[in-house]
Amino acid sequence: MAFFVASILLILIGLYAVLVKRNIMKIVIGLSLMDTGVNVLIISLGFIRGRTAPIVNIKDLLVNTSSKVVDPLPQALVLTAIVIGVAVTAVALSIVMLMYSKKKTLEIEEYKELKW
Amino acid sequence: MRKWLAIIFLIVLGFFMAKITSSFPFGEEKWGVSRHYVDKGIEENRGSNLVTSIVVNYRGFDTLGEVTVLFLAATALAFLLSTCRCRRRYERREASLIVKTASETLYPLLILFGAYIFIHGHLTPGGGFQGGTVIASAVMLMLLAHFTFHPNHRALSTVEGLAGITFVLIGFAGLIWGGSFLANNIIPLGQWNRLFSAGVIPLIYVAVGFKVGSELSGLITDMIKTTKEE
Amino acid sequence: MILEYFMLFLLFLMLGLAIYAVETKDLLASVVAAGFVSLVASIVYLYLQAPDVAMTEAAIGAGLTTLIFIIAIRKTERYEK
Repeated sequence: MAFFVASILLILIGLYAVLVKRNIMKIVIGLSLMDTGVNVLIISLGFIRGRTAPIVNIKDLLVNTSSKVVDPLPQALVLTAIVIGVAVTAVALSIVMLMYSKKKTLEIEEYKELKW
Repeated sequence: MRKWLAIIFLIVLGFFMAKITSSFPFGEEKWGVSRHYVDKGIEENRGSNLVTSIVVNYRGFDTLGEVTVLFLAATALAFLLSTCRCRRRYERREASLIVKTASETLYPLLILFGAYIFIHGHLTPGGGFQGGTVIASAVMLMLLAHFTFHPNHRALSTVEGLAGITFVLIGFAGLIWGGSFLANNIIPLGQWNRLFSAGVIPLIYVAVGFKVGSELSGLITDMIKTTKEE
Repeated sequence: MILEYFMLFLLFLMLGLAIYAVETKDLLASVVAAGFVSLVASIVYLYLQAPDVAMTEAAIGAGLTTLIFIIAIRKTERYEK
């Protein structure tokens, strides 16, 4: 239960940074914190108390496997989500670098060209 | 003003998220489709690591799409940074002799460790994604310690393309001889818990390892080396 | 039992570091704190019986992401106004 609460709070802290902070780098850091929070939430949904990791490498686990291991499907989903996360963060940071080279500031309020 | 509006919005959002997640019991059985993967996984794929079986075989199409997204992100980053006139504001200092010597010693060992992780992906924790990341961090260590180190860009993109084509070709081989895309019955499955087992799973994961490793190394090199001196 | 209290401590540490990463004015300290959140998360994954995810998070979240942020900070500026 504590894992659910902590991961929801982590998502909310990241979203707070995205909504309130005026520095672009802080916004990207908030997105990366939200990423971690969502991953912890999905993994803790697949956890089952008293079971072992889903790696069947001893003879005992071969029979009646589904009463001895945790759910492997959320782990497979999160595994790919983390790798996607680093690529998306890199693209976001390269956009930040490009914006900085045009106006020499990181304040989001200075970029008004697309505001309506 | 904006801050307090944001906090009220976050409290409402947090309340509904807590409401939704409190309907899932923590730490109890909630099997869905993965019950089949766990019960029949060894019989159908012979890979000890069930997460690998799911990532590469049952959900292999997802992984192919994910690798494509990674490729797209690397391409977009190279395009964006090629138009950037970014200058560094903080000067670089020469690394000390200890850092240089240690990084040269560790570089081949780290690449060997990454290769070990993705070759044993179907037996132990780890696999293509983890091994590729370890290789990329070896390249990162060399880039940080040496000014003159520059990975061969043409070789990296060749390795990346060949690995991607290998993944797709194995999938089509399954479609032609096995009955479905990425089917795992075109080569013998072998014995449980041996290195040469699990059919096409190790082949695909080695290809994924090469692809992720070369892609992330190219991405880091692009980000470090774009500085234009003026 | 002691392991559960340790996990509770790690979750509090994770939240505290996240708040520090959002609130501090020094962007370099903020990035290092965000990397530390990822490192603590990988220990939490190990407790939740997910060794594959723990390896990925330790290598990517604490290693590569932090480096990419530091490169970006070196090419922009370090202090938030």
